[in-house]
Amino acid sequence: MSVPLTLLGLLERKPGHGYDLKRDYDTFFSRGKPLPFGQVYATLGRLARDGKVVIGDVEPGVGPDRKRYVITDAGATEVDTWLTEPVEAEPHLQAVLFTKVVLALMLDRPAEDYLDTQRGVHLRRMKELTELKRTGTLVDAMLADHGLFHLEADLHWIDVTVARLDALRQVVRA
Amino acid sequence: MTLLEARDVALSFGQTPALRGATLSAQPGEIVAIMGPSGSGKSTLLHCLAGILVPDQGEIWFDGQRIDTMNESRRSLLRRDRFGFVFQFGQLVPELTAEENVALPLLLGGVRRPAALRRARPWFERLGLAGLERRRSGELSGGQAQRVALARGLVAEPGVLFADEPTGALDTLTGEQVMDLLVSSAREQGTTVVVVTHEARVAAYADRQVVVRDGKVNALVTA
Ligand SMILES: Nc1ncnc2c1ncn2[C@@H]1O[C@H](COP(=O)(O)OP(=O)(O)OP(=O)(O)O)[C@@H](O)[C@H]1O
Ligand SMILES: [Mg+2]
Repeated sequence: MSVPLTLLGLLERKPGHGYDLKRDYDTFFSRGKPLPFGQVYATLGRLARDGKVVIGDVEPGVGPDRKRYVITDAGATEVDTWLTEPVEAEPHLQAVLFTKVVLALMLDRPAEDYLDTQRGVHLRRMKELTELKRTGTLVDAMLADHGLFHLEADLHWIDVTVARLDALRQVVRA
Repeated sequence: MTLLEARDVALSFGQTPALRGATLSAQPGEIVAIMGPSGSGKSTLLHCLAGILVPDQGEIWFDGQRIDTMNESRRSLLRRDRFGFVFQFGQLVPELTAEENVALPLLLGGVRRPAALRRARPWFERLGLAGLERRRSGELSGGQAQRVALARGLVAEPGVLFADEPTGALDTLTGEQVMDLLVSSAREQGTTVVVVTHEARVAAYADRQVVVRDGKVNALVTA
């Protein structure tokens, strides 16, 4: 998750203090890993340096939270571009699984056992996400669903790979 | 403690071996999902556990009793009194209203009609079906019919609910609602559930998942 772009996006709704941004970020995007204040201010500092936000009214007192941040046109354009462009479909996990399977077959290791173990790990994660979905908020449920559908896709891939292991073994050991 | 168990069960249909040494057990209140590819023996195993099919070899135990050696009439009573069933589709009696369908296991068990309908009715509110009590199955959507079937499977507070692809005919969201209701209702009543599904997202609602492959049960290391 891109922290700078997310903070920019939050600022596009309305100007805000670092504290507001952290609170909203943690509510919707942090998934149990709160954004450190240091990172919030460091990120806002970089965004200001790059002209994507400006500091609006500074309230009297001390400390970083007196500053109110306002998005610039450049910042808004960046958010728009980011939202408009699709993200890369992540082939990484599948690439790792595929590499392991092919290597296991090349090295005459039990590829099917490896895939069964992986299936168990995937299902355990799916159980956790399902529990979160049943007991959590709507936001939790929607994020959990996203994870669940991806894990399910991996499992489909694992299933067809198991069914094709003999054929694949012949290919990689030829 | 084990409530339900299949021990090394084998069963062939003619020359076709469907189960070849399948072993599976469920604790009281446990929700177990049986996964696996098509034709691997999932439904056959479920039918053996539920006393619908009798294995060629092996043993089936329920609540301290061996049920595969019982005669058909005792097994049929056991199914009626202790088990509930939900299948993929086509299980509602079209001539009956939704509430009569829900009440059916009670009526078959000898509960008088007014009492049976009284026990059936709260399920409609609970499963989001209020107002549909008098509809016949042809007047219900697939998801509604499946929730009626779920209520019918649970109304007699069975020891075990057997569900074979209960969400198989439903879209994703409706299927998940049915699973959510199935799991919450079973937990509330302490009902043990054996659910067959080839969908991982459905299996993820269970406490434990096993995979049937070539008529044998592989436990998944998920705990
Ligand atoms: N009544 C029957 N007569 C003959 N063969 C049967 C019968 N029922 C099942 N079989 C065979 O037994 C094997 C296991 O079938 P089963 O229905 O248990 O599979 P399954 O895992 O439930 O599959 P699916 O996911 O397609 O429902 C298959 O080879 C099937 O063709
Ligand atoms: Mg089946």
